[in-house]
Amino acid sequence: MSHFPSKLLEEAVEAFAGLPGIGKKTAFRLVMFLLRQDQDVVEHFGQTIIRLKKEIRYCRSCNNISDKEICDICANKHRNHSLVCVVESPQDVMAIENTGQYHGIYHVLGGLISPVDGIGPNDLVTAPLEEKINKGEVKEIILALSTTMEGDTTNFYLFRKFKDTPVKITTLARGVSVGGELEYADEVTLGRSIANRTLFEDTFTL
Amino acid sequence: MNNLYLNKLSLVQFKNYQEASLAFSPKINCFVGDNGVGKTNLLDAIHYLSLTKSFFNNIDQQNILHGKDFFVLQGEFVKKGHSEKVFCSVRQNKKKIFKRNNKDYERFADHIGLFPVVMISPADSSLILEGSEQRRRFMDTVISLYNKQYLHALIRYNRALLQRNKLLKQFEFKRENFYDELELWDTQLVVPGNEIYQKRKEFIEKVIPVFQQYYNTISEEKEKVGLEYRSQLHESNFETLLVTNRDKDRVMQFSTVGVHKDDLMMSLNDHPLKKTGSQGQQKTFLVALKFAKFGFIRDLTHTKPILLLDDIFDKFDAHRVSQIIRMVAQNEFGQIFITDTQLEHLENILQELDTDYKVFKINEEIKTVIPGGET
Repeated sequence: MSHFPSKLLEEAVEAFAGLPGIGKKTAFRLVMFLLRQDQDVVEHFGQTIIRLKKEIRYCRSCNNISDKEICDICANKHRNHSLVCVVESPQDVMAIENTGQYHGIYHVLGGLISPVDGIGPNDLVTAPLEEKINKGEVKEIILALSTTMEGDTTNFYLFRKFKDTPVKITTLARGVSVGGELEYADEVTLGRSIANRTLFEDTFTL
Repeated sequence: MNNLYLNKLSLVQFKNYQEASLAFSPKINCFVGDNGVGKTNLLDAIHYLSLTKSFFNNIDQQNILHGKDFFVLQGEFVKKGHSEKVFCSVRQNKKKIFKRNNKDYERFADHIGLFPVVMISPADSSLILEGSEQRRRFMDTVISLYNKQYLHALIRYNRALLQRNKLLKQFEFKRENFYDELELWDTQLVVPGNEIYQKRKEFIEKVIPVFQQYYNTISEEKEKVGLEYRSQLHESNFETLLVTNRDKDRVMQFSTVGVHKDDLMMSLNDHPLKKTGSQGQQKTFLVALKFAKFGFIRDLTHTKPILLLDDIFDKFDAHRVSQIIRMVAQNEFGQIFITDTQLEHLENILQELDTDYKVFKINEEIKTVIPGGET
């Protein structure tokens, strides 16, 4: 694999191998596939990627990926703009949107505090959220970050930042998964579910 | 209390064994032979079947007989009167296979605790001689056995500590609001840190009387021993400690306070064991500590663990040896495996006691052990 018949081929393989989860062999297969395609197919492929990087925007209001200055969710008048769900990444927005249960707006932080990855509080995007809170537009923020150490730390950072404002700060419930058999739940989750048990009355209103 | 013993063991290409198959006494079993014949390897095979891994070498493939490409261990345990077959095979470049009664395990962790063993080996001396990490690990492994939340707290603590230490090394690049950011990680350390501290304290409080009793029995009450849990959290609460040591942490570029600095102080007649204890005294200390661990596991699993005594007579005087054998022959202990280079002094003690035992002479020339031995 180390002797390429062409420099161009080698460069293309290197480029693909730089993608996450792609090794040299897969990269080579992908490049060979592209090479066998018609000219216009490959040109379209290349242009798509160039346009993606050049033209994509980040919503000025929520920092989600968008084609416009303000994303469709933030522009939607029917959504509840006083309820903001704080997430780490655009993937998380998609996951919550897929539930069909949420009608507020979002705020995308773009990362979690993690010195190991070189990310500090200043690397998170919080300005648009702060602005909304200071204007009094927000009644509640829902912290919907991963239940990792880094997610918890970021939760705590945001809590400390906004605790003196009138905004209600909530976080996702942690517990047994829906449809899960109790005996298969891990001990830590089960322990937490018992500590944070809920009123039965509230369970059938959902 | 459940009765547990290993009835049969067979080895194929495990360590220095080509093939061997043995049937044991439910009480005392002695492996006798010269250095290097593979007495300890038999104990390790039993350790494998209990804890899914070697006591000595964590790399499975390295336990295969030299020049071969797999090993197989099979054991027949008897627990509560039922026979239970445990199978373990390791193949070069393949995943380890572990089965109980012909069923594969999805998680090896599910096996641990079913057939408990406690190994007492000369390698335990690291607990006295090496750094405090060994002694924290001793506490952690025992507590984790009965408290799953504890293990979770340990994982969280170590993660937060890693992040906090990383941050302390980045001070030069982010002077602004540095302490604000540091405080975020303090909060993450404090919750699991306090939990770990509490659990270790409770554990040591429970261990001390048991440990002291065992020590006195073995030494026939000749020495005064001490075991004490040392933690910076004794003096002040963790949160305050973190705040008062901030500047120091910043200069040192790592976290100087917390349960990751905990230690166990081991003493003999009020002096540090490491400096003043003779080798025999140190070994008595370790054996008593391991017996205390044995008692803990027994009470938790309602099963008497199988006791593996590797080279137990090394460094002990005749009195202590006979005290230990007398003790383990009693009813509070279950099945025992002992290795020794000579049969005489062991057999003298065993014959005195009214207990069932079996001796296996491990033979150098053929790596096939003749089962049975003398009874």
